Amino acid sequence: MKPRETTMDVSEIKRPRRWHILVFLLPALIVYTAVMILPLIETLRQSFYNTVDGQYAFVGLGNFQVLFGDPRWAADFWNALRNNCVFFLIHMVVQNPIGIALAAMLSIPKLRFSAFYRTAIFLPTLLSFVIVGFIWKLILSPIWGVAPFLMDIVGLKWLFAPWLGRPDSALIAVSLISVWQYIGIPMMLIYAALLNIPDEVIEAAELDGVTGWSQFWKIKLPLILPAIGIISILTFVGNFNAFDLIYTVQGALAGPDKSTDILGTLLYRTFFGFQLQLGDRSMGATIAAIMFLIILAGVSLYLFAIQRRMRRYQF
Amino acid sequence: MSKARTSIARTGAVHVALIAYTLVALFPVFLTIANSFKNRNAIFREPLAIPTPESFSLIGYETVLKQGDFIGYFQNSVVVTVVSIALVLLFGAMAAFALSEYRFRGNTLMGLYLALGIMIPIRLGTVAILQGMVATNLVNTLTALILVYTAQGLPLAVFILSEFMRTVSDDLKNAGRVDGLSEYAIFFRLVLPLVRPAMATVAVFTMIPIWNDLWFPLILAPAETTKTVTLGSQIFIGQFVTNWNAVLSALSLAIFPVLVLYVIFSRQLIRGITAGAVK
Repeated sequence: MKPRETTMDVSEIKRPRRWHILVFLLPALIVYTAVMILPLIETLRQSFYNTVDGQYAFVGLGNFQVLFGDPRWAADFWNALRNNCVFFLIHMVVQNPIGIALAAMLSIPKLRFSAFYRTAIFLPTLLSFVIVGFIWKLILSPIWGVAPFLMDIVGLKWLFAPWLGRPDSALIAVSLISVWQYIGIPMMLIYAALLNIPDEVIEAAELDGVTGWSQFWKIKLPLILPAIGIISILTFVGNFNAFDLIYTVQGALAGPDKSTDILGTLLYRTFFGFQLQLGDRSMGATIAAIMFLIILAGVSLYLFAIQRRMRRYQF
Repeated sequence: MSKARTSIARTGAVHVALIAYTLVALFPVFLTIANSFKNRNAIFREPLAIPTPESFSLIGYETVLKQGDFIGYFQNSVVVTVVSIALVLLFGAMAAFALSEYRFRGNTLMGLYLALGIMIPIRLGTVAILQGMVATNLVNTLTALILVYTAQGLPLAVFILSEFMRTVSDDLKNAGRVDGLSEYAIFFRLVLPLVRPAMATVAVFTMIPIWNDLWFPLILAPAETTKTVTLGSQIFIGQFVTNWNAVLSALSLAIFPVLVLYVIFSRQLIRGITAGAVK
């Protein structure tokens, strides 16, 4: 690294105007700023405006007050937020531990067929929500009867219920479908982190008689904590921004009885309107602003608190 | 001796667990494809059986190809995905080169600015993106989708590519400079060929969310002529809910390209993910 810095300093003196830097940066900068950053800022700005007496006017935090407290909005909003939290928790509790377990098994040295397992388990992650949503809708459908048939084989047929159609189980069912689809991501990232542990560390542990389970808990797990941090924040951002799967499986109304409504579907219905409800741009922007704040809070927490502490493990 | 035996038992248990989960992962896909080739009776009577000469039927595929313009949807998806990836790679590599090669005021800040989009989803700006597209008459054009997906793909591309470009030897670039190559020639002729593996990784990472996206096609380009495969199959299946042959065939048609690409590129993709995480 050092020699490059000095050569750069020299070239800086020689060529005071380096237009090529601008040329290299500009295309990416223009598209990114115009299509992503400015609309994001504009959306945040619109969350402070609304139509009052036919006039488009600044209302301060008025939209947020309506969203949090107005009876027409608040019930839907808090319901969506609560469902979204449950959605996220199920991912954290089911997806990430299974992903870690799969990665731990795959990373056993000289395991046969491990490339095949890896490839197969990652496949669902590549499918679109539309495919995944409909496949599971068909499988769980009592009309087709695949799920009850399979459960009958293991003697659990009495457990079967039309989970997607019942308000008390629909959210869990949808979350598990999403877990099924996304398990490949934690699996791969943890797998990579496990492979990255230096052999000397493992050899030293083995010399000290730390093997098997205790080796995993005492040596490997602390070393893959940064990767667990990454998968947690990826899950968080993905979940609080989710929409497609629920839209596909349960429709824009996120039925039954809004029991699977999350912020993404609420944003869609609010902004574009659905059936009898008219689209409302300002309230749509307000919900988007809330989602932005939630994701920003999560990412900041990760960057400033978790990642900084975990850095120490890395080198 | 006993140690060897327990390790065999343990390996066996690991295989059982992995096979079980592999079945969980593959079964739904297998079920869909197998049943798409069966007639309606067989789908319901024996959902788990593979198609036999008696139960074989292509009626579902015939319905799909007659009713929906799947070839058109497919073309739209290919155009949007390929053009977006090309732009992400070109613009992303250029920006990554600027950030990793030159020291200039605001370099770190620029890197952070471009990295914002890795974590903050572009979807949150939808309200204003739609307004912008309406104002510029881009609604219901593939251009709108390409612009959005290019912006969406750039942050990660810049991040990954600049990591890789830092590993390109300075001696090589300086030798080029001594030989009188312009900075552009150094980028296009020396650096780009060397980061080709990283470009492939970025291409795969960029492709998946674009191909599978439902949100932006639904909002920005829902017209019949601009529907992508994902949106097209979503709407088609919604209309044909009761026609199980058609639904299963439409799903299989949507799975098929992904499956083929995955079989070809899985090695590249998995190496990309594991190498990226190692950094």
